[in-house]
Amino acid sequence: MESLLAGCIGFLTACGVFLMLRGRTFPVVVGLTMLAYAVNLFLFSSGRLTLQGAAVLGTTDNYADPLPQALVLTAIVIGFAMTAYLVILAIRARADLGNDHVDGKLPETESSRKESR
Amino acid sequence: MSHLIIAPILLPIFTALLIMLPPIHYSPMRRRWVSMVSTVILLILTVCLLVQTQHTGVSFYALGAWQPPFGIILVADIFSVSMVCLTSFLALGAICYGSAGEDERGSFFHPLFQFQLMGINGAFLTGDLFNLFVFFEVLLIASYGLLVHAGGKNKTKAAVHYVVLNLAGSAVFLFSLGILYGTLGTLNIADMAVQVAKLPPENVMLVKSGGLLLLIVFALKAAILPLQFWLPATYSAASPPVAALFAVMTKIGTYSLLRVYTTIFGEQAGPLAGMASDWLWPLGLATIMLGAIGVLASQDFRKLVANLVIISVGTLVTLVSLQSTAATSAILYYTVHSTMVCGALFLLADVIGAQRGKAGDRLVPGRRMGQPALLGTLFIVAAIAVAGLPPLSGFVGKLMILQAASSPLQQILLWSVILLSSLMVLIGLSRAGSILFWRVSGNEAGPERMLPLQTFALVWLLLAAPLMAVFAGPLTELTFAAADQIRDIQSSIAIILGDTTTFGGTP
Repeated sequence: MESLLAGCIGFLTACGVFLMLRGRTFPVVVGLTMLAYAVNLFLFSSGRLTLQGAAVLGTTDNYADPLPQALVLTAIVIGFAMTAYLVILAIRARADLGNDHVDGKLPETESSRKESR
Repeated sequence: MSHLIIAPILLPIFTALLIMLPPIHYSPMRRRWVSMVSTVILLILTVCLLVQTQHTGVSFYALGAWQPPFGIILVADIFSVSMVCLTSFLALGAICYGSAGEDERGSFFHPLFQFQLMGINGAFLTGDLFNLFVFFEVLLIASYGLLVHAGGKNKTKAAVHYVVLNLAGSAVFLFSLGILYGTLGTLNIADMAVQVAKLPPENVMLVKSGGLLLLIVFALKAAILPLQFWLPATYSAASPPVAALFAVMTKIGTYSLLRVYTTIFGEQAGPLAGMASDWLWPLGLATIMLGAIGVLASQDFRKLVANLVIISVGTLVTLVSLQSTAATSAILYYTVHSTMVCGALFLLADVIGAQRGKAGDRLVPGRRMGQPALLGTLFIVAAIAVAGLPPLSGFVGKLMILQAASSPLQQILLWSVILLSSLMVLIGLSRAGSILFWRVSGNEAGPERMLPLQTFALVWLLLAAPLMAVFAGPLTELTFAAADQIRDIQSSIAIILGDTTTFGGTP
């Protein structure tokens, strides 16, 4: 179970970082979302993985750490709000700047240079 | 338990909610007055809190009466309360300036401003690392809103970069919190310090990686060398009162660095003691030089001021790496001085830009200004203070910084970098001042004049420079008391966790 979770987190992080380094705003938003997923899983595992553990005292012999669950909940809510804001901002940038590149202008390619001549 | 500690967080959030209620929201004048009056009350409350903290020493406020280390706590010591005081001083100036008309160029200026104040005050006061993350997000989301206030291409472009960078930073922050919680089993800063001291050897590398991930996050917030490229664009694009408030945001990064690497990974941390200093020392010095080069290279006045902010961040980070009482005391003095003066310079850049018509704040010859004498006086006061010339506060700050270096190698490096950067700042500011004020074309001045509220805001912020120099004696006593308190980890932990906890107990 540990290796499956670790592999999952690693894969999500790698995808997130790759997408975040792309030049258009949409892949960047998706990349940040994936990174947020990876972080949430990671935080969840910081209380160690326990099967069939309860967070309430006196109900079982096998306890799960309740704090990471609270942390993940907070992180999910915050990440969700931030992503929503970023999506709106990306749409606004598309309207204001006329393209969806993160720098606000398309990089000059061979074809565009020929056209401007 | 005094409830005064939580007042700087509660007051702004209730003010923000109050301003959004219909009877106030639909009237611009009411919005302004509620916002300004609330900030004055905030200022009075924080000064009361500072006086109280000076008498009682370190005290904490357990939210919901859940006792530490299990509940979330707010910690008031002289350093954190002084930072809250500084924030409310700066905020009053920025809000007065914004109320002169800038706030009506977009919606929800005052509520967002108050939310940001809440986040900043919370970040300074909290004694819990996850709570610090939450307050970071509160102040960030408010700053995202404020950054695009009044709209425009430049602001949108700067905001995309700023938001994406900070979201990535938040992800790294959470990763490091996960590592630290997984290994130390607590996120209460005082308790973490205790746990780090009795860390089993197999966990040392994990905790070190978590701690250094935190360094990346705070370096991004503070804008230290490899992570500072967002700052000039963002700060010069933001509308002036927002940029003035942002002057304190980089200081939150340096404050968090100080807190984490003095308390958690301080002298008692065994193999992890001072692990950030090796990184912060060269990076801080390089940041100062880069900022100084930026000052010389700036094409407009706002970019120049943004580069001055980078220099102040570099100076503070270098001081954090020194880890001594004299350095910590210099940090507090220099933070207060540089925040007030840089905030004032952002406002001044806007006034100058408005009175020069088309030329704006670009460093090119332009139209004669409407009030050259008044603006010139304000400019020279700000320039002398920020360059560190006598007799104003910058000089006292520089002196404290130079005295903080103890070993000969530190003295050679720190003195030469600080003094060289001061010279470059002086050259940059003289060039900017002579172009802006003397190289004017024509005798006709534009019709623009400063409004009374704008003048008040500028004078309010700039008064800090002479006052901090006049009252340098009592202020340095205060900063040394704060530094002693922040470096006396043992007794503050005893207050927070009860007397029973000591270092070096059995794990």
